[in-house]
Amino acid sequence: MADKIIKNLTIKVWRQKNAKTAGKFETYKINDISGGTSFLEMLDILNEQLINEGQEPIAFDHDCREGICGMCSLFINGRAHGPDDDITTCQLHMRKFKEGETITIEPWRAGAFPVIKDLIVDRTAFEKVLQAGGYISVNTGGVPDGNAIPISQDDAEEAMDAAACIGCGACVATCKNSSAMLFVSAKVSHLAKLPQGRVEASRRAKNMVAKMDELGFGNCTNTGACEVECPKGISIANIARLNREFLAAKIKD
Amino acid sequence: MSSFLSSSIGKKLIMSLSGLFLVLFLLVHLILNSFLMFDSTGELFNAGAHFMAMPVIRFGLQPVLFGGFIVHIIYAIILTLQNQKARPQKYASQNLGNSSTWSSRNMFVLGGLVLVFIVMHLMHFFVPMQITGEVPMKMVDGVEIHDGAALVKALFTTGTFGIVYTCIYVLGAVLLGLHLAHGFWSSFQSIGMSNIIWRARLERAGYIYAIFIAGGFTIIPLYLHFFA
Amino acid sequence: MTVLNSKIPAGPLAEKWSKHKAAIKVVSPANKRKLDIIVVGTGLAGGSAAASLAEMGYNVKAFCYQDSGRRAHSIAAQGGINAAKNYQNDNDSIYRLFYDTIKGGDYRAREANVYRLAEVSGDIIDQCVAQGVPFAREYGGTLSNRSFGGVLVSRTFYARGQTGQQLLLGCYASMNRMIGQGKIEMHERNEMLDIVTVDGKARGIITRNLVTGEIERHGAHAVVIASGGYGNVFFLSTNAMGCNGGAAWQAYKNGALFGNPCFVQIHPTCIPVHGEQQSKLTLMSESLRNDGRVWVPKKKEDAIKLQEGKMGPNDIADEDRDFYLERRYPSYGNLVPRDVASRAAKERCDAGFGVNAEGKAVYLDFKYSIERLGQDVIEARYGNLFQMYEKITDVDPYKEPMQIYPAIHYSMGGVWVDYNLMTTVPGLYAIGEANFSDHGGNRLGASALMQGLADGYFVLPYTIGDYLADEIQTPRIDLNHPEFAKKEKAVTERFQNLYNVKGDKSVDSFHKRLGNIMWDYVGMARNAEGLKYAIEEIAKIKADFYKNVRIPGDFDAMNIELEKAGRVADFLELGDLMARDALNRNESCGGHYREESVTEEGEAKRDDENFTYVSAWEYKGENAEPVLHKEELVFEEVKLTQRSYK
Repeated sequence: MADKIIKNLTIKVWRQKNAKTAGKFETYKINDISGGTSFLEMLDILNEQLINEGQEPIAFDHDCREGICGMCSLFINGRAHGPDDDITTCQLHMRKFKEGETITIEPWRAGAFPVIKDLIVDRTAFEKVLQAGGYISVNTGGVPDGNAIPISQDDAEEAMDAAACIGCGACVATCKNSSAMLFVSAKVSHLAKLPQGRVEASRRAKNMVAKMDELGFGNCTNTGACEVECPKGISIANIARLNREFLAAKIKD
Repeated sequence: MSSFLSSSIGKKLIMSLSGLFLVLFLLVHLILNSFLMFDSTGELFNAGAHFMAMPVIRFGLQPVLFGGFIVHIIYAIILTLQNQKARPQKYASQNLGNSSTWSSRNMFVLGGLVLVFIVMHLMHFFVPMQITGEVPMKMVDGVEIHDGAALVKALFTTGTFGIVYTCIYVLGAVLLGLHLAHGFWSSFQSIGMSNIIWRARLERAGYIYAIFIAGGFTIIPLYLHFFA
Repeated sequence: MTVLNSKIPAGPLAEKWSKHKAAIKVVSPANKRKLDIIVVGTGLAGGSAAASLAEMGYNVKAFCYQDSGRRAHSIAAQGGINAAKNYQNDNDSIYRLFYDTIKGGDYRAREANVYRLAEVSGDIIDQCVAQGVPFAREYGGTLSNRSFGGVLVSRTFYARGQTGQQLLLGCYASMNRMIGQGKIEMHERNEMLDIVTVDGKARGIITRNLVTGEIERHGAHAVVIASGGYGNVFFLSTNAMGCNGGAAWQAYKNGALFGNPCFVQIHPTCIPVHGEQQSKLTLMSESLRNDGRVWVPKKKEDAIKLQEGKMGPNDIADEDRDFYLERRYPSYGNLVPRDVASRAAKERCDAGFGVNAEGKAVYLDFKYSIERLGQDVIEARYGNLFQMYEKITDVDPYKEPMQIYPAIHYSMGGVWVDYNLMTTVPGLYAIGEANFSDHGGNRLGASALMQGLADGYFVLPYTIGDYLADEIQTPRIDLNHPEFAKKEKAVTERFQNLYNVKGDKSVDSFHKRLGNIMWDYVGMARNAEGLKYAIEEIAKIKADFYKNVRIPGDFDAMNIELEKAGRVADFLELGDLMARDALNRNESCGGHYREESVTEEGEAKRDDENFTYVSAWEYKGENAEPVLHKEELVFEEVKLTQRSYK
């Protein structure tokens, strides 16, 4: 695992004090980064450098650093989660960058995701959509045995494909319309594919779409960019399913 | 129902259905136009045009067709404005080339250019043939009908203007093809008639259809320009 | 001196929980509406508790430091969740799960708690299925199981390699339903920094709003700590970057005892440390040991060549490979419990057989199972893990064995609680990884998810009623009570002191120094001399920290360095207590390995005569030594034997 060392990098990064002040790009230099360093570790190193110079470090969201919590959220060189496929920013490694490269880092941009500070955005719009219907209405206790209702392996797998969504928001960030359809459709599909979730599938689709529209996400134009940049490879076939579920539910009204 | 039509998915359903309707219309239009190539006398084409000018079609179907266009255009404008608003601050650098096709990202622009083309097209053919009647006349089986074929041939073959006109039509056909390359599949996706398997099929069908329509509308003016 | 009363009900083990449930008090629906409960943390334990309590009718206020409850680190659990369903007809039972857990925990857990855990384990699976957790299924539509380390039956339920994520999304969905109904008030990006007690009872918390920097007061009739473990005291661990011991530590400083702080789990299958700048270790699921074989070279010269990069693993013939787990533990082989597997890896690496440049890695090889089952099967089972490994290391594990090394993963120790999950502070509860109760000295794989959900869905919702039944006359907590003002001021001053140091060293630099000391002296192998040294060194780092830490940015705004500084301040104290506890426990037991207590074969040696107790530490003030209380562990059902996986 002898990784290359990148001697010179220029980091052009969005700095913004808080939601109320305007932001701008700042440029920093960073040297001698090993290709095996993760992108966020590179930012840690840059931050350490900034702190030692008495400057305020760059604020960015991150937590698990293993690609599952969905907290990290950077738009790197024009792509959500940077120049690699099927990964989150925390799984991006510096070996993907070239010597002397200028790396541009921006926060997710969407009206529904306002910037809180630097690269941190507020994604609570997602939570609001989930609160509108992203659940199965069962209380704790009093449920049947886990094997009481057989579920075909295909259905379970398809539900799992959709359920793999980590809620990072890369779909919204990537979409030219800032549409949240991939996120919403993944949740609707996950539950619609399971017999337990079918019971309230119509209600769920209607309520979640209504909330999504209300929160100012854009409309889906089926460009498919979201599924390409989705770190978990969620398919836009889920969007078709959401459209279907929603139309069927509305026809019944 | 009102909440349905104002919902994002409802609006897309309208885009999709009106789009599919127009897709169908294009096929009819192309078939009719192709008569120009198969019959150099222009009689077949004129008969077709005459049929299209019958009151049932003129007052029954044409308004529906216009309605389809208008709805498609109005909803495109509404959706696009909303989409613009959804991202108030743009990215300094955004690289979408990796993740989506150019035409899928530029449907509004493509649609707009196609519209410009259509307006011009209507002014040169539809208005004289069906409204003002400034078209050469011709006797067929004792009935005097518009010689649309002559009008068309004249436009594509007369001097420099004919060259420019042919080029514009080829360009229009290409723009239309690009619009269809995304629009065809996309309309099925919007009404939920797609899944992982069918998506590939529909995309392929969309490309084939786009090539067929764009190809057809390209070949006809070229044929007229060079061989009529 | 506090007398520890574990409140374990009398009677036969199998009847304790049902008898206890019948005996404890219940709050009426009308009264539940008048009672508020604070839940700190939204992982599996906190999330399931918050949802269940809200469904029952209580008003819940939930807190998490992340931007969404769904991001709590339970989400990163990969392998699965245990339950004694016996769906595989392999003679599994509640008793067997209980026994495996007690034995796996090296006989340092409470029998009654563990039995209850095994008892409710089946209900957890039913609950999760009802919530729409897409567990793996057989073709016939029934639930699928896999086997895990330390046991001989297949009782682990899983959803690909993302079981923790799916379970968490299940209980988070239930929470969302309650948030939507107004029964849960959700506070994201909000970190608990102190507990408010009024007349000895927990009545609220002080938090910092991480977006605005405001110090906030929140009141309730009971407070539940579900803030997870403190593995990040080691700086490098598999925990998320934000995981911290803060909430549990504040419980301790407010009178709750801290149980078995030295019991931390070292997970054997993590991606080895890379260079100096690493911030976080990545776990590869234990389930990989089902199909991977662990080995190092037999010959020292091969190991040296590997370390120098002059040779690859595939250049070593089968007969020159030392499958040391299969050699030492023929009956469990590669599936020995985590502590055993970790120590065995360390033993080989310390002996000079490590396979990477640093000499701190062993191989986990899938060549044999690919030959046996085909690459398709392996890909179906572990595809996402393999992909993750390749993204991080740039090595294709289908072609070359993975390199793995142990890393800090889980803390079995935590806030001391009684059978009702209440701490020694009335009205203050601790659940999930934040408490100490169920795993003893070592946790079995796929049991953390089980415990978190057991506590949150099926234990706390009942036991908390026993306390709250006496609180129905207590009105809504008054946030203007002097105790709230006092605690708010104390928190503000604590953070202002840190902020005003204005030194010249970053918070991380102190955290790394602490982590190095902890790993070297309070890590996988410990001895008295090293532990004493660690205590001295930690004190030095702490003194330096309060003199030289630099926190840039504004105080009254989002300030990530300030957040980290608060957490590191807690870790410095927690590290000290861990070292003291490790020093006190002069036996090898589970994840705690004292070099002074070893069998002739080099295996860990427990000392039941002197250490069959839970050490519960009491805080005595800033500069005073903590006081040790002992809760003797009584084993009525199982016979204590030296653990053997041979």
